[in-house]
Formats: sequence, structure tokens, C-alpha cells
Amino acid sequence: MELMVNGVKRVCDFPANAFAIYALRNDLDLKGVRMGCGDGHCGSCTVLIDGVPTTSCNLPFGALEGKKITTPEGVGTIEKPHPVQAAVLAEQPGQCGFCLSGIMMSSVALVDSGKRVTESDVCAALDKHLCRCGSQPRIIKAVMAALEKVKSV
Amino acid sequence: MNTVTLARGFVKNSLEKNPTIGHWLAFSEVDKVTLRVGKVNFGQGISTALTQIAAEELDIALAQIIHAPINTQDSPDEGVTSGSFSIEHCGEAVRMACATIKAVAIARFCSASGSPAASVAIKNGVISSSETTHVMTYWDLNLNDQLSEKVLYDALQKPQSDHRLVGTPVPRLDLKRKLFGGHSFIQDMVIPGMQHCRILRAPNRAGRIVNVDEAGFHNRFSDVELLRDGSFIGVIAAREEVAVAAISYLETLVTWHLPASLPNCADLRTFLTSAPNEQRIVGALAAKAPPPLGLKRFESWYQRPYIAHASIGPSCALAQWKDNKLEIWSHSQGIYNLKADIEVYLRREFGDTGMPELVVHHVEGAGCYGHNPADDVAFDVALLARHAQGRPLRLLWSRAAELSCGPSGSAHLVKIEADLADDGAIHNWTQTIWSNGYTSRPGRAAPGNLAFVAAAELANPFVTPVSLDPPMSAGGGGDRNAIPLYDLPDYKVIYNRLLEMPIRTSAIRALGGYTNVWAIESFMDELALSLNQDPVAFRLQHLSDPRAIAVIQKAIDQADWWYDRSHDEEGVGRGFAYARYKNTGAWCAVAVRILAGTSVRVTDISIAADVGLVINPDGVKSQLEGGAVQSCSWTLKEELKFSNEAITTRSWADYPILMFSEVPALTVSLINQPNEPSVGAGEATQGPTAAAIGNAVYDALGIRIKQLPITVERISTTD
Repeated sequence: MELMVNGVKRVCDFPANAFAIYALRNDLDLKGVRMGCGDGHCGSCTVLIDGVPTTSCNLPFGALEGKKITTPEGVGTIEKPHPVQAAVLAEQPGQCGFCLSGIMMSSVALVDSGKRVTESDVCAALDKHLCRCGSQPRIIKAVMAALEKVKSV
Repeated sequence: MNTVTLARGFVKNSLEKNPTIGHWLAFSEVDKVTLRVGKVNFGQGISTALTQIAAEELDIALAQIIHAPINTQDSPDEGVTSGSFSIEHCGEAVRMACATIKAVAIARFCSASGSPAASVAIKNGVISSSETTHVMTYWDLNLNDQLSEKVLYDALQKPQSDHRLVGTPVPRLDLKRKLFGGHSFIQDMVIPGMQHCRILRAPNRAGRIVNVDEAGFHNRFSDVELLRDGSFIGVIAAREEVAVAAISYLETLVTWHLPASLPNCADLRTFLTSAPNEQRIVGALAAKAPPPLGLKRFESWYQRPYIAHASIGPSCALAQWKDNKLEIWSHSQGIYNLKADIEVYLRREFGDTGMPELVVHHVEGAGCYGHNPADDVAFDVALLARHAQGRPLRLLWSRAAELSCGPSGSAHLVKIEADLADDGAIHNWTQTIWSNGYTSRPGRAAPGNLAFVAAAELANPFVTPVSLDPPMSAGGGGDRNAIPLYDLPDYKVIYNRLLEMPIRTSAIRALGGYTNVWAIESFMDELALSLNQDPVAFRLQHLSDPRAIAVIQKAIDQADWWYDRSHDEEGVGRGFAYARYKNTGAWCAVAVRILAGTSVRVTDISIAADVGLVINPDGVKSQLEGGAVQSCSWTLKEELKFSNEAITTRSWADYPILMFSEVPALTVSLINQPNEPSVGAGEATQGPTAAAIGNAVYDALGIRIKQLPITVERISTTD
């Protein structure tokens, strides 16, 4: 099956009814997609499918056909971080950092949407994600800072 | 150069076992120093703080420190990374090792250059003198010939006034790597040719397999290996998605016997007070004078349910058993202890001469808040690797197993009785605790026992030890923080450690300190309010420790919402609590504001803490904040559920934790004590946050909830 991952056309021979996360992590070696629960409850495995945050642990691989997929590897680089990544580095919200890549994907979608959003909109968008280390307050601050930065550019 | 020797206590723990300079560091390549430590990263960012300490003492840049991989071949054995001891044990050992080698470097430089020691300066490892023109580096001085020399306990260290890295908010060194994707955690590790495993486990540790339709399994999954030893059962497949599908199918083919061995989830108090126990007096102080007459008697019971670790990343381990060598990759908190316990199994199976050589490598996992299944999954994968004939294996636990088969935090019951005088004096404080022990970590079991969950499942099983407690010198377990910190004329604290363990328990953040502090600090509020006294003033009346008083004042003073109630809507409440973690560690005061309505929401938390000399203020704050948020989650939401036969908490849907829309705004202050030893920060907020929430709920509603979690349902059914 052909799919567009992080701007690059990839071919992946993987059963259409098996969960997409294993293709992304193992066949395409995109380990930034984290396996957290397998039920779509915790959000660790969130990727963007045509820009929409979607959990990949409970999504059949076949659903990716012809779609544009973005994983944490495709968001920015150390040299040129996405505003969300830059804000995360400034606010230092990571404790273990395991949940952070999925949270980053939802945050990127929110910031890139260009919508005017409030802090409670940010929380509502991130409620699909669980963080066990208690980094949420700093993450919220980072996302608000990224929104502010984008708005002022 | 100015030098100072800091007071040091626990450093012996790390240095006695690892006494030489070479245990801790080496000048392995030009311009770099390799740091060897046994304390591991698991979300708390300890390696960043240790890098700061080493670079500070050696006068080199952070980027000149390389961290050696942590394994049982080359790393100092520092026991378990737990109990908020890493800065005290490892940090101080690192500092002393660096100070020792630096003194040698300075002496060599002075002797080669004829410079007086007082004229020497070091920057980025380059040594120069203000009185001569000589310049040399650490790497010119052949310092590796000193690696077998002992670390000197009295090596002179830099004074705080000269610190340029210690005390500064150096950003976490590991975060960048994790943020841009790629391999960061043990779950991401790949060994070429690696195969994928999954196991199936009963939701009750006494559960056993009655029957497996193995033929049915092989009919459908002919290319998947099915391994079974007693009730330990797992699959090995070439591909992960196949292993996942195979284990789901296997689940339909296994018949379990689940004995009705679990207590009544709805009445843990009966179980805790009736199970056989070992009673111990934790501490007692006899009154110097008889109490006055006319005292009022108070008695309260406080109860926490079993709670889960619930790390976001399921536990994982890799293993390869090849040519009589077994290598294991694990996110265990104590790789040497893990090695020792796996060797108990290997020795029984193969004898001293036939057993394979075992090496355990540490690889960072997702957030760890105590003894989670990291050790269990490592033993599981070793059992599978025994039959894999050299093939490398990767095993990941399921979310269901993570919640229902890992060690839990024990249910914990505290009764406090005391007599109160009209002037606020407290007499006859008697506190009784019932709990399972707080550790079943590897490395501590009696001969013939083995604490891994699989050890009891084998056809030739080991006995599962009932959880013990760390000694009081390490902070205790169920009795952690059990002795009140207030100036009482007398007290007696009794601990009943259960000798039955129907639900497996072990260390979880703060151990018994969470419930004991919640109980004591709730009781103090009850006493204060019975006299119509301000709860904070009442505490101060019973405290003389200036560091306690300082954090209490700070936590209140910095919360602009503490005094002004004029804009309060209905349901707003404020609560306060204080504790010194382990009674020997960080001083921490917490004030909270809550809103109780259709739910209980903590809207604001103010924290003040004193952790002695602060190594990294942002790191300390982050740990205090995280602990407070996690404590909100435990206190308001968390409870492991079970029937008589099975733990029924199997997914996040069964075990809600605090969500983004529910987290409070946080203010954190540190009272830096540059001339006092550093103590850990990671567990200090757990207990005070819980008690402050309970006190705030009472403030808002006039209802005191003495059984956690504090849910709206519980509030509506409490008188």
C-alpha cells in the first residue's frame, strides 16, 4: 500500500486490517508514535491524518491509504522546530516525555489551524491525552505560548 | 581557591560499595569526562542534575560530560533509584569523586609548573595559573592512573559562592531527543533479528490455568510459538501485530481457575483490620507530666484504597540468551537487584556451574513512580528467551496487565486518637496503621522466595514473599511519615503490617507517607476547627522547626487567593497541609483552593519547599509540581477495583486519572539553603497535597471525607 508519510511517499506491505501503529513503528521505524494502551484512550500514539489528530493504535492500517500522515518525526527539526516544539523546549514540560509526542501532535493541529482559541479550548483538545507525570500545567502554558507566538507573527 | 566541605550523611551508601574514583568517572577521550552512575532516569531527570554536579566540581562544561551506559558490568551498584535519595547518595558521591581527582590534577599541575596552588584556575578542564604561564588540561595529566585510588571523603569541594552550574535551571538534557521522534525509550529499542512476544496473565495473582486448547491455537497461528510453563504462558512471533493477534486469540482458548481470594473491595477496613499482621511500635514518647483534666477526646479513621502505578508506557524488556550468556535490557529501578533475583531462578534451574552469565542493561522507560512491572517483564522475557535459542526477544505488557497484574500501592488505614485541651495542647496522640508492606522489589526476598509475578506461575513455582517495608533508616514503608512532626508531649504510633497479600503491593511514590500525612494533616485540621482556630496558626502553635515554619509561611503568603474570600462563589474552599518527607527529607507546605460542585476541582495549588542546596531549581519545581498533580489524581479519582476473583481495573476507562481540563494552576517556591545538604524533591508533595484537598473540601462543604478517593458520590453519601 502507498501512503504519504511526513511528506514522503512510502510503500508498506502490511495487512490492511491490522492496527496502523505497528506499521508506523516497526515497518516505517517511526518510533515517535508511542504505544500506550491499544484502546485509543491515552493518546500517546496520536498522528495527524490529513491534519486531523487520530490515534493509530486502534486504527486499521487500510484507513491510511491515500492519506497524508504526519508523525512526530515530521513536525520540525532541532534546527527548525515547530512553534509548539520551541515552546515546549522553553517551558520544559517534559518529565518522562513519553506522552509528549502524542500531545504535541494534537497541539500542532490546534496551532496550525489558525483558529482563535482560549486556554479551555486547549484543555478540551488535550483531554484526549493522558499524562501521568503531572506535566499538564506546563504543557498548557507551552501551547498557549505557541499560539501567542503564531498570532504575533 | 576557596573550598568547603558540606555536611554529608547518606553518601556512604553509594561510596562504600563503589569506593574508587574509577567507579564514578574516567577521562576516556580528549576533552570529555565519562561519568558512571548507578541511579537511573525514569522521568525525574536525574542525569541532568548529576551532570551539573560533576561539571561544576570539575570546572568543565556540561557538554564535556558523557554518560556511560548503565549496566551490571561497568556501573557502580547503587541499589535502587528510589526514596528521593539520588541527589543525596549519587550526587554527593559524584561530587566527591570529582573533587578527589581535581585535587590530584591541581597538585600535578603545580608540581610540573611550579605554580602555587592558590594561583590555579580551571575552565573547561584547562588548568592555568595567575602566577606562571603554564597551561595544561586534565587530559595532559594522565589522570586515569588514579582510577583505582579511593574517593576521599574529605576532598575539598567548591563552595556554593563559586557555583556557576549548580543552582541554575539547566534545561533537561534528554528532552530534545524525545521531542523530535526517533528512538528514546526501551519500548523503541530494536535488536537486529528481534522477535516480538506477548504474555497472558490471570487478573488475580492466585489464578492458575486449568486448560489451554493448544491444538486450536496452532491451527490458526501455525507460525507463532506458544510457550507454557505451568500457568506462565506467552507467544513469540516474527512480527508484533501477529503476536498481538495471537495473544488475543489465545485468551479465548485458556480456561483459568480464579480462586475467590480477593477481599471485599467495598469494605477494605474489615479486611485490613482482620487479616493477620505483624505489629510494631514505630515510635513512642512518654509524657513527662500527667495530662491536665477536662480534655476532649477525638478519634478519626482514614482509608486509602489500592491504587495503580498506571504509567503511560507499558512495561517492556528485551533479552537474548546465547552461548551461555543471558543479556537483558530493562527499565528497572535496580538492575543489580534484578540480576540477583533472576540468578536465583537460573541457579535453581542450572546450578552454579551450569547457569549462564547474566548482564542487565538499563534503558530508560516511561515515567516510573515506584515499583512498577519493569522487573516482572524482565523476568518474563528471560523465561521466554530460555526457549528462543539465541534469538533476541522483545516483550511488551498489555495495558490490562499493567493495571491489573503489576504491583499496586497498598490499601492503607490509619486511626488517630488524641485528647485536646481548650488552649490547643494535644495529649495522648495514638496512631494505628494497617497496611500491606510497601516493597516486594527484587533483591530482598528470603531464600526460596521470588517476587516476580511469573515466579509463582511456574510449574515448579517459587513462593511469593509478602511485601516488607524498607527500614526506617531508608524512610520506612507503611510507617513512613507516621510519627507526627509536631511538638507533642507524648505519642504512640503502632503499625500493623499485613502478613497476607491477596493483592500484590509494592513501592509507590511516597509509600506510606502519602496516607499517613493525609491522615495526620486532616486530623490536625479537625482539632483546630473544633476550637474555632485557624488551621495554619494551630499548626504553627505546635511547631518549632524554623525550616517548617518558613515553608508554611511562604506557601500561604505567595497565594494571593488564600486570605481574600470576598469573590468566592458557592463551593469554593481552601485547605492547607504540611509535612517533612520521611521526617528527614524535604520540608513542604501546600495550600490549595478547590471548587466543589458537580465535581471536585482543585483550581489552585501553592507549594513552598526546602530541599537544602538546590542543584537545579527548574528540575526541583517540575518534580514538586508533577507530584502535586499526581496526588490530586490519586486523591480525587483513583481506586483499583476488583471482585472476589479478579482485579477488574483493566483499561483507562476503568481507571480515570486527572485530565488536562482538571489540572490546577500552580505556584511553586523554593527556599534555597546553600549550606545545607541537598535532599530529594520527587515525593515531597504527595501527602500534603492530599490533605490540603481534603481540608479544602471540608472548608467548602463542611463534610470531611475520610475514605479516598474524594468523589462527589462519596461526598453525597457522607453525613
